[in-house]
Amino acid sequence: MLLSVKNLKTYFYSDAGVNKAVNDVSFDIPKGKTVCIVGESGSGKSITSLSIMRLIDHPGEIEGGEIIFEDRDLLKLSDAQMRKVRGKEISMIFQEPMTSLNPSYTVGYQIDEALRLHQKQLNKKQRFEKVVESLELVGIHNPREKYGEYPFKLSGGQRQRVMIAIAMACEPKMLIADEPTTALDVTIQAQVLDLMKELQDKKGTSILFITHDLGVVYQIADEVVVMYKGHIVEKASAEELFKDPRHPYTKALLHSIPIPGVTPRKSKLDTVDENVDYLSFPKEIR
Amino acid sequence: MENLLEFIKQYKKNKAALVGFIVVVIILCMAMFAPYMTAYMPDDQNLADRLIPPMWDAKGVISHVLGTDDFGRDLLTRIIFGSRISLMVGAVSVGLSLSFGLVMGIVAAYFGGKTDLFIMRIVDIMLSIPAILLAIVIVSILGPSLFSAMTAIGIVGIPTYARIVRSSVLAEREKEYVIASRINGSSNFRLMFVVILPNCASPIIVQATMGFASAVLEAAGLSFLGLGAQPPTPEWGAMLSDSLQFITTAPWMIFYPGLAIFLTVLSFNLMGDGLMDVLDPKLKDK
Amino acid sequence: MFSYIVKRLLWTIPTLFGVTLLVFSMVHLTPGDPAAAILGDKANKQSIADLRAQMGLDKPLYEQYFIYIKNLSHGDFGKSANSNEEVMSEFKDRFPATVELSMVAMFFAVILGIGAGIVSAVKRYSIFDYGSMFGALAGVSMPVFWLGLVLIYFFSVKLGWLPVSGRLGYEFDIDHITGFYLIDSLLVKDYEAFWDALRHLILPAIALGTIPMAIIARMTRSSMIEVMKEEYIKTARAKGCSRFQVIFIHALRNAMMPVVTIIGLMLGSLFAGAILTETTFSWPGIGKWLVNAVYQRDFPVIQSTTLIIAIIFIFVNLIVDLLYAFINPKIRLN
Repeated sequence: MLLSVKNLKTYFYSDAGVNKAVNDVSFDIPKGKTVCIVGESGSGKSITSLSIMRLIDHPGEIEGGEIIFEDRDLLKLSDAQMRKVRGKEISMIFQEPMTSLNPSYTVGYQIDEALRLHQKQLNKKQRFEKVVESLELVGIHNPREKYGEYPFKLSGGQRQRVMIAIAMACEPKMLIADEPTTALDVTIQAQVLDLMKELQDKKGTSILFITHDLGVVYQIADEVVVMYKGHIVEKASAEELFKDPRHPYTKALLHSIPIPGVTPRKSKLDTVDENVDYLSFPKEIR
Repeated sequence: MENLLEFIKQYKKNKAALVGFIVVVIILCMAMFAPYMTAYMPDDQNLADRLIPPMWDAKGVISHVLGTDDFGRDLLTRIIFGSRISLMVGAVSVGLSLSFGLVMGIVAAYFGGKTDLFIMRIVDIMLSIPAILLAIVIVSILGPSLFSAMTAIGIVGIPTYARIVRSSVLAEREKEYVIASRINGSSNFRLMFVVILPNCASPIIVQATMGFASAVLEAAGLSFLGLGAQPPTPEWGAMLSDSLQFITTAPWMIFYPGLAIFLTVLSFNLMGDGLMDVLDPKLKDK
Repeated sequence: MFSYIVKRLLWTIPTLFGVTLLVFSMVHLTPGDPAAAILGDKANKQSIADLRAQMGLDKPLYEQYFIYIKNLSHGDFGKSANSNEEVMSEFKDRFPATVELSMVAMFFAVILGIGAGIVSAVKRYSIFDYGSMFGALAGVSMPVFWLGLVLIYFFSVKLGWLPVSGRLGYEFDIDHITGFYLIDSLLVKDYEAFWDALRHLILPAIALGTIPMAIIARMTRSSMIEVMKEEYIKTARAKGCSRFQVIFIHALRNAMMPVVTIIGLMLGSLFAGAILTETTFSWPGIGKWLVNAVYQRDFPVIQSTTLIIAIIFIFVNLIVDLLYAFINPKIRLN
């Protein structure tokens, strides 16, 4: 295993009380594989990914558990040690390509920054070549010209490619992608997913993919973790999950949207019933 | 009624704003009951009792709490009566700016097009001259007096209100309830002042409170320069300018009138801050 | 960028027109005959009529306005009604004093204001945050002339550390090269005079800088808090940036944009403060001169100073807008 999350608990405190956003969650991410966390908004899937990066801000707090990454517990690292993990060993990309890049700096600068932080042995010229290389790698045309471009000049799809270039610049062992395609058009979505798969094949990167879109899960996942209200209700390989969902919530979720290649033609779609407390069912964790 | 209770509950949360409100009430009471709060009149001269320090000084006397000035007038009495002048200046100039600014802003936003352009050009020109400079120009046209100062401060404030009213009317103008009312045959006048205006009240109330504070401050400034209230009017700014030569011998003549200005302005600002929190949280961080 | 500058320049024309019109009409809005007002009660009819002709008051209004504009375009701002000196030359004598004071005050306000704003935003809800934000509100509510007097009382009268008023001690004499004493004294290597000029500047600069400092601190804080919520801050942290790098490289630059605008807008209110501060500290600048002109109803001086300051103000705002465009790539490149 590259990364094991064990009994992770992340709580948010407010005047109204404690919100147990992530409540005792455990799962593994094997080397070179793609694990998807699916769930509705508020299920705790994004908080889980931010907890792995230790980017939880006040009033949130990681209350317990272990995050074992290559025999080290990330939760026990010092801040300085953790900074060396971020961007170098584990990278992250986010949902909103429009706002995820700093509007005041050029694309090249922002990729270069990752190299400056983690690959201090490179000189300026070497870094420039590496930035151009990584822009090329994520499929940006004219990378030398795009180096000096500001983010607002790029389309949403191009920006997400730049985000991936930043994340992949130091060739991390793991990439966390928090709904990276949600804000994109469907055609661009497919391109970005293809790009991620391609990079994974080339570099052997593990991917933790956060999404609410089962269609995307079907395309990309090796393993699936289904989250609901801070808990994991089902863990399975992608194949098993789509063929034979066990937990009532997973079933409801699968019946609520059409998935190309899974949902039978002309079948009736359902909605996830908000009045049902799916936590009352036994957890079907395989 | 319920709204009012909710409003009070919210407002009370901001402790500083609560203090501001209490001080404002105290100042209001001071202004209203001034003759009953002190044994002297502001113009009572007693040359035998000149330049007596405050009562906690070794040479102070209990009958003149804050001491006396160079004419033997009781300082506390003059400060208490001064509150009447400051509150009047605030009320008159805010009233003046508000009434003109309101009409200009609402007409500009409601009719748009050339009307808007014309009005906003005038506003821009007024804003392109530093406020105090414009006020001094107006005072020099009218001749130095309290009346001139109030008029000048009132006129100088117009553009601020016009801008705020305009932007909030613009936001409301296209909303469904306005369109519905228009379809029902409301006249332009009715639409502007009865339908739209009440929904723009929050930012206007906040601005009026803050504007009151700055009007008091500006009036004191003009009087300090000798361009506003003239001696022997017990105006706080004018009292300060009369006392300049006594800074070494009778510093109390400088401390307390200034402190009165500061506390009055501060409490209105605190109140405005609290109102902003409750009425218009969006405005807060602008 | 070029078309932006041109457009922005064109926008100043109606504003300049409006300002000249306002200043021009000042004399005519004043109740009574300006010529009679200048000459006083004892003047006879003939001398009033002469002065009217000399001032051009007998011509139709629009013609007077054109003459006024024509004179202005030649740099002729008229003569002071009291001293009978060219307004422009007196202005030139006094202007550096006001600018020097304002710049030092602004320097102090920008450094401390932005610093306090950043620390407040980063240590939100801490004692420092509450303290400096209350301090900022108190600063905005502060009558600067009173603050000046209190400073004089403590630091000059009581402690005797700093001079009470003026720009320079009588024992010093500095050649007018730039008109800025701090610079001129250094140019002639008169370090004692420099030190004295600096000592004279400290109190008025603190008094004048307090309000801008308070406003800058509040603005910086709220802008920083806004920016720290942005996604790209999360990106920077996920990249492995330290807290220091996140704040100073990624947040500060974006947070400064509204602050730069407010600093530009504040140069006007800084001048307002300068008038009051100059009166408090007997600082020989424009403000004090203008106030005296109002006492003496010296209209040419009031008109010209108003006009010159408004023009300076308009162009400073223009520069600030261009500066804003420069730090904001979105405007610069479109």
